[in-house]
Amino acid sequence: MDTLLIALSVMLGGGVLSILSGPRPRLATWLGAGGSLVGCLIGLAPVVDSIVYSRSSTFHRPWSVPYGSLWLTLDPLSAWFALPILVLSGVAAVYGATYLMEHRGERSLGFSWLMYNVLTASMLAVVLSRNGILFLVAWEVMSISSYFLVVFDDEDAQVIEAGRTYLIATHLGTAFLFAFFAILGQGAGSLDFDAIAAASPKLAAGTASVLFVLAVIGFGTKAGFMPMHVWLPEAHPAAPSHVSAVMSGVMVKTGIYGIIRTLTLLPAGPAWWGWLLVGIGVLSGVWGILFAATQQDIKRLLAYSTVENIGIIALGLGIGLVGVSGNMPSVAVLGFSGALLHVLNHALFKGMLFLGAGALVHATGTRQIDRLGGLAKTMPLLSGLFVLGAVAICGLPPLNGFAGEFLIYLGAFRGHMESGNLYAVPSAVVVGALALIGGLAALTFAKVIGIVFLGSPRTEDAVNAHAPGLGLTGPMAVLGLLCVAVGLGSPRIAEVLAPVAAGVAKLAPDRVVPATAEVAPALTSVVTVSGLLLVLVASLYGLRALLFRNREVATSTTWGCGYQGGTPRIQYTGSSFVEPLGTFFAGVFRERRSIVPSTGLFPAPGSYSSEMPDVATELIYRPAFRGVGRVADLMRWIQNGQTHLYILYVALTLIVLLVWYLGLVMPT
Amino acid sequence: MNVSSFLPPLLALTLAPLLLGVTNRTKALFAGRAGAPLLQAYHDLWKLLRKGTVYSNVTTWVFRAGPVVGLGAMLAAIALVPLGGCRSPISFEGDLLLLAYLLGLARLFTVLAALDTGSPFEGMGASREVFFSALAEPALLLGLVAVSRETGSISLSGINQAISLHVWGHSGLVLGLVAVVLMIVFLAENSRIPVDDPNTHLELTMIHEVMVLDHGGPDLAFILYGAALKLWMLGSLIVGLVIPFHFGIPALDLTVAVAGMIALAVALGVIESTMARLRMMRVPELLIGAVTLAGLALVLEHGGVVS
Repeated sequence: MDTLLIALSVMLGGGVLSILSGPRPRLATWLGAGGSLVGCLIGLAPVVDSIVYSRSSTFHRPWSVPYGSLWLTLDPLSAWFALPILVLSGVAAVYGATYLMEHRGERSLGFSWLMYNVLTASMLAVVLSRNGILFLVAWEVMSISSYFLVVFDDEDAQVIEAGRTYLIATHLGTAFLFAFFAILGQGAGSLDFDAIAAASPKLAAGTASVLFVLAVIGFGTKAGFMPMHVWLPEAHPAAPSHVSAVMSGVMVKTGIYGIIRTLTLLPAGPAWWGWLLVGIGVLSGVWGILFAATQQDIKRLLAYSTVENIGIIALGLGIGLVGVSGNMPSVAVLGFSGALLHVLNHALFKGMLFLGAGALVHATGTRQIDRLGGLAKTMPLLSGLFVLGAVAICGLPPLNGFAGEFLIYLGAFRGHMESGNLYAVPSAVVVGALALIGGLAALTFAKVIGIVFLGSPRTEDAVNAHAPGLGLTGPMAVLGLLCVAVGLGSPRIAEVLAPVAAGVAKLAPDRVVPATAEVAPALTSVVTVSGLLLVLVASLYGLRALLFRNREVATSTTWGCGYQGGTPRIQYTGSSFVEPLGTFFAGVFRERRSIVPSTGLFPAPGSYSSEMPDVATELIYRPAFRGVGRVADLMRWIQNGQTHLYILYVALTLIVLLVWYLGLVMPT
Repeated sequence: MNVSSFLPPLLALTLAPLLLGVTNRTKALFAGRAGAPLLQAYHDLWKLLRKGTVYSNVTTWVFRAGPVVGLGAMLAAIALVPLGGCRSPISFEGDLLLLAYLLGLARLFTVLAALDTGSPFEGMGASREVFFSALAEPALLLGLVAVSRETGSISLSGINQAISLHVWGHSGLVLGLVAVVLMIVFLAENSRIPVDDPNTHLELTMIHEVMVLDHGGPDLAFILYGAALKLWMLGSLIVGLVIPFHFGIPALDLTVAVAGMIALAVALGVIESTMARLRMMRVPELLIGAVTLAGLALVLEHGGVVS
């Protein structure tokens, strides 16, 4: 634990020194990014130690805040969430060092680095806190520091708007968490997590369910569950890319952490808890990827894909809960293990893809997919990393994405086989949903790679693009290598992960071993076939090279059915690629099309544009906020700008409080 | 793992192209033609392997990786597929998921290679391929969910060995529905009528053929062989499900299973000769129909109709 506190101090120290370095951007970058990187590296040691040897350590000091205590514990579950936070924050800091230098002189880099390091430290504090007050403080610091990072580009009105949406959404979520902790603390008489956990068997079933729902809404808002996700596709694209990577890759996972930690604090719940999370998982997963598929802006696309991946994690948690309440320990362990593994996996590949999107913007100056094309020729490394990331995020073997989804699938198959209808139905739903999500993810990322990197350049932006330097692609490559390593090392990782999952499922000690025993062997077989696949692909490359020896390999134009006058404009675009999907799901999308046809004998230029507004924003939030606005308008007469009236309000409030207080203390 | 487990992949590797010949011969019979020789696919593969190739100057390394990764994934997947009661060389709980996702990997690289040419035709084919397969995937896996409950196994080999007259006797309705679902997936995933016509070239209605327009020589051979293996793999799932008995003698069981595969190839020829291709926007409805049938199988499984 001491090492981890040192790591936190190095991060925060680096941030503070960075802002103190004032107008010297290079020094600020060195201090800020360096502090983050060094802090993350130092922190890795205790975190990995805790996961591998399943050790816990604690730092506990009293605190003068009522009900508060400075109580930090690193247990394997916290460590499992701290791991991606450290890895991705460290890597993204290196990337950010190059990325932000472009903006030197325009804005204070020191402030951005301070907020970045505060964000990293507060995310760590969230997963380490063992006291409700401390947790909420860390949670707020995390939300506010990330808000300042989102509005880095504060001259852009859209960015400010995105930041405001984020700020409102995150505080709506926090409001539910206040209620959550208040009820939880009332039952236990303390806000320390161990006291809450000790008191949890006494919790009434109804209260536990209320607490569960509050946690799902409060934490789910941060995680990006549909329909609480609306801030996510606004805020992630607006932030600088290394911040998007951290927010999307790990910050939203603190919401998942919150839900998992809640499960360890509450007694085992009824069947509908599992149904609820499966339902949320289907909604987030399928809608997330449908909206991702139809986005034009690559960073918005990636943000919606985060909603999808959070949905996959929710499906895993749902299967875990199905296993818990259906008394199927191996199903519970498979579901929770899959969800936990996907937390790490998503941090790695989504982090990499967001960094990649930043490198693309850096290289081409646009985020519009349809304006690009043919970049694989000028940027072979970046395109290779994107292909790697796509294979990983589509959950395809041999990379890490498959390992996590495989465990969830296996849990769902098991859950369906072993149980009655109450649990078999959500299990089958999970299988169907994962299959659909997987197929649509392949569609989405085939579009990204096919339209951005392959074919011919569609516009001047793509023609004039210059390959990003090693400062941007290097950090991506590190994450790419980790995707491969986690994919091939998944059996070993599952061995340490399964006991953590068993802890979340609160299995009795004698049931832990049989329930966790099969997780790693299943993945070992998967890795065997993955190894076979790699050997086969390598051999086929060899065979191909052998066949082409002394043969004519010529180059010509693409076959155009005899017509060779084509231009890059006749290529399929991203919009045309997803057109069948858009037409088929027209009922879901509420797409707005505006078509100006070119008619007449001497046709004027026609035009076509389409827009895909978020259904949740359109149907839920906009009307809701309009209502709030109307009520606020009605209340405006209270705020009339006259100071003496304000003083009257204060006096009246004090009198009311006094009467209330006296009435309570001295009952007559 | 015993020696007989190496027979299913061996048969797949050698006999897969034969199925194409059988189907084409059946179609020729229906059309009153003599048809190409039964072993035409082997001749084609041999011819292509000895040729050079022409690459489009638009393409990159992705285009060259497409056929290699595609065939590699198919070959790895073959190691998971049992036949006639013989286990596959590699079988484990959940191998059916790996099979589905290896096919997905092959598909992604085929699609990317198609988009790499910048040709609008190939973009069109790629777009349809990813959309239709996204709908076929839930049908396939939900069908397998139903079968895994009936047979008590989540492994292709386990399912194959557990299929018996007894299982068919008490849950024939579920298995029958799943067989129909698998047949639709088989037609869609292998780009056959009514989803796609493997014999048309340069028409705006095709999917798989249009994606490989720019491939030639050994690359095309890899693709054709991979497609034949895919046909065999998905076909052997159906054959394994509908042949409800095993003699316990590997040689005899495998002969029956291969006969079943040939019968399936004939059936495919009959379907392709007697049906018209669907309009493109009708294809999703067919696939959603398959998902619905799989859902119906699951309902029957739980609704007390089948105990």
